[in-house]
Amino acid sequence: MEPQEQDKNPVVQKLREWDAQAVAEVIEFRGETTVVVPKEKIRRVAEFLASHPSVGHTFLSDLSSVDRFPLEPRFEVNYHLLSMEGKTRLRLKVRLPGSEPVIASVTPVWPTANWHERESFDLMGIRFEGHPDLKRIVMPDDWEGHPHRKDYAVEGPR
Amino acid sequence: MTATIDTPAGPTKAMVLNMGPQHPSTHGVLRVILELDGETVLKAESVIGYLHTGIEKSCESKTYSQAITLTDRIDYLAPLSNNLCYCLAAEKLIGLEVPKRAQYVRVLLTELTRIASHLVWLGTHAIDMGAMSVFLYSFREREEIMKIFEYVSGQRMMTSYFRIGGLALEPPPDLLDRVRRVIDALPAHIDEYETLLTGNRIWMGRLKGIGVLSIKDAIAMGVSGPLLRASGLAYDVRKAFPYSSYEEFDFDVPTQTAGDCFARYQVRIAEMRESLKIVRQALEKIPAEGPIRTLAPGIIPPSREEMKTSIEGLIYHFKIFTEGFAPPVGEVYQVIESPRGELGVFMVSDGSPKPYRVKFRTPSFVNLQSLPLLCTGRLIADVVACIGTTDIVLGEVDR
Repeated sequence: MEPQEQDKNPVVQKLREWDAQAVAEVIEFRGETTVVVPKEKIRRVAEFLASHPSVGHTFLSDLSSVDRFPLEPRFEVNYHLLSMEGKTRLRLKVRLPGSEPVIASVTPVWPTANWHERESFDLMGIRFEGHPDLKRIVMPDDWEGHPHRKDYAVEGPR
Repeated sequence: MTATIDTPAGPTKAMVLNMGPQHPSTHGVLRVILELDGETVLKAESVIGYLHTGIEKSCESKTYSQAITLTDRIDYLAPLSNNLCYCLAAEKLIGLEVPKRAQYVRVLLTELTRIASHLVWLGTHAIDMGAMSVFLYSFREREEIMKIFEYVSGQRMMTSYFRIGGLALEPPPDLLDRVRRVIDALPAHIDEYETLLTGNRIWMGRLKGIGVLSIKDAIAMGVSGPLLRASGLAYDVRKAFPYSSYEEFDFDVPTQTAGDCFARYQVRIAEMRESLKIVRQALEKIPAEGPIRTLAPGIIPPSREEMKTSIEGLIYHFKIFTEGFAPPVGEVYQVIESPRGELGVFMVSDGSPKPYRVKFRTPSFVNLQSLPLLCTGRLIADVVACIGTTDIVLGEVDR
């Protein structure tokens, strides 16, 4: 556990005050703040950030996944949040193991996540528990494989 | 499965009607599965993916500069917008400062793109509603803007004119005069469209009260751009998170409160006028001389002159075009206001010359999700109005 440091970002500070274990790591790069959140906490962190009055990141701008194959933890799910009133952005990152890429869905918090999560499932193979209708979105329904994975060829016979 | 409906003659099942993917009014290859009770829509489900070409995956096998040409094709009605967002993301990642002259030219061309995109939207939306003349007129105006893009970059649509660090080529000396002539003629044309449509009883009848979206629903569904502003929230990325010197320009963010299709029409018409304002200011600001790309040896290629006359120029040119340049390890998320809403590029670098992952957060993909909210409970004819009002581009939806 890291000692309590002075967080430059007030949102991160509030998050750490609410639950110190929710903030596994903070990365500052090019003026952007990334908070690495443990997988099991993502739902509650999402609820906190979306609804807390002084922190209100009510807008989920983007949900994207990255495949770090062959490194482990293999997958990263990034949530790009926006607070329109506060004019701040924040990135949440969750790292998932390659053997079990499953995470709780945040559609109850931000309904816009519905299609984003379907896309991550379709193209990266990450399962979102609690998603109302997790099925492929851009690939045909009977497609095998997850095209955005690093071990999926860019070209060639399928 | 499908809903059961009670009728005076006994219970019956809802009818499932397939709209698309080949359909003149879906603005591309969009399939909407409609469950109907007579003409009333009970349920509308969008099926997408017919235009998925794996752009994000292709970007991973190209260098940062090569991938710019792929970005044009995402939102193919506003190609310079995509170029801008991608270049800004790469510049943020590397830590480059673009010269002011290039920034102002970028603003000029991006706003012209916004006008061109809104003209296409207006023409196609009007023709869906039956107003055919507007389609011909708006494409006539757009043709003038396409000629400007061709003059500056050699290409009407897929210009790839913005490069990492600035512009691809030196703008021609009389570019600004040509732009001035085009935009001097535009306000009268926009007035023409308004004369035909705004007070027109049929237009109002087909758009007013249709497809109402509340601010709360819009934010929950991640809707941005003219759809959000027509519902009442004045959120514009150019004002909230200014990029490429937009903070130096004076313009308003038009909003409406009704949140229906007519309000979105009014917002987009007003946005065209605001874009003209910005273009006029850019024409005053752009200096006649100045660098068009940052000086960053090893990252930005040297000029052709330098490459041919100095050995360092030659070496840098060779290394950049064979190996590529290696940005620092890290990730950035750059957002701009495209004509359709919040366009974001999430760029992940692992220190190699090729991007590790590029994710495009495209406004059409997110805005299309709200289609059921707009047209459930309305008639089939309103579905066409609702699809048109979301101003989707299928290249953006599917990538």
